[in-house]
Amino acid sequence: MTLSEYIAAALLVLGGFFFFAGTIGLLRFPDIYTRLHAITKADNVGLGLIILGLAVQVESWLVMGKLLLIWILVLFAGASVSHLIARRALQREGRKWKQ
Amino acid sequence: MEAITLLKWTFDTVLGLGLLWLAWRALTSTDLFQAIILFVSFGLLMTLAWVRLDAPDIALAEAAIGAGLTGALLLSTLARLQTAEVENTLPQSVQPSSKPQLVHWLLIIIIPLLLAGLGYAILDLPPYFEGLSGAVAANLDASGANNPVTAVLLNFRGYDTMLEIIVLLMALLGAWSLGGMPPYTDKPAGAVLDTFSRFLVPVFILVGAYLLWIGTSAPGGAFQAGSVLGAAAVLLILSDWRLRPTFIQRTLKLALISGSSAFITIGLLTTLYEGQLLAYPATYAGILILFLESLATISIGVTLGALFLREPVKYMESQ
Repeated sequence: MTLSEYIAAALLVLGGFFFFAGTIGLLRFPDIYTRLHAITKADNVGLGLIILGLAVQVESWLVMGKLLLIWILVLFAGASVSHLIARRALQREGRKWKQ
Repeated sequence: MEAITLLKWTFDTVLGLGLLWLAWRALTSTDLFQAIILFVSFGLLMTLAWVRLDAPDIALAEAAIGAGLTGALLLSTLARLQTAEVENTLPQSVQPSSKPQLVHWLLIIIIPLLLAGLGYAILDLPPYFEGLSGAVAANLDASGANNPVTAVLLNFRGYDTMLEIIVLLMALLGAWSLGGMPPYTDKPAGAVLDTFSRFLVPVFILVGAYLLWIGTSAPGGAFQAGSVLGAAAVLLILSDWRLRPTFIQRTLKLALISGSSAFITIGLLTTLYEGQLLAYPATYAGILILFLESLATISIGVTLGALFLREPVKYMESQ
């Protein structure tokens, strides 16, 4: 294995760890706000690390650009949708999040 | 690579079991909202399954239409159902009857029969059959498209696509005749959703155009591109953007029928000059396919978006 492959493997494993932690948070945290907090870690940092890990390995700039675009779009959508969910939950305060 | 094979096998098993589990949960869930979310998750896993089966065209369509737009339609219908429950405006004939016993027994008889028939049909299939892929590959040069899926959809079986687009239009007319979506009573969309839609809709249009263009040589095409455009329209409508009344009349109607009327016109012309429905002359096949696909994309996108218009019939009559 070359150095770039070691770096890629480390980044992918670290990204996988963030996804794992985010999923545990989504399943175990008590209410909607803390769950959103947990899942955004998976979306933003976890996906970012996995994209970085893949970007280290690709050969062309075009593919790297596409990977980066995917990450930016997910960041943007994740942040907006999390805000919408939290705002909606806040508007309906008093109603407990069902299991 | 033994480990990779084992990993793929494990992944496919988990995927298949997950699909079955999600389907069961979606059917048995008593909470309609939960059932819809389960259905959308089912659609997303189904997309993965199509990718694993090397069918990226169907995967794209499943993600965009099966999971995305159908999920949005179901959620809107749920909102409509909840308003209807509060007002109880449903006529007596539509009210669910309290004794569906007979229907249950009929289903208990019919479904195993259907299952047995399907099982027999599958067991009856030859273990290996090449299908029509050889014939498609042999005629690909004359079809005007490099992507075999597009060649089948727009040339060899063009009338299927024509009928599908007409069915879509019929579905819209059916939905509109039921009164469209109820008006939302919630607070306005807010700054985040507004910015979000402003940023995303141009990206959606770009992706739609790309999918349409790439469809002649790679996975993509009118339905995928149209559903991305439709998703853009749904996003705009749900973020409180409104169509100007001047566009509601003729422009909207023209966009709605452009796909089907182009198909019918070219179908008539080819029947007259070539003697067969949608049999393109080889020299014009490529440009005809692109023309039909472009109009079909617009039509599909506008039709899918128009499903979410609120009270369109009243709108049209009042103009």
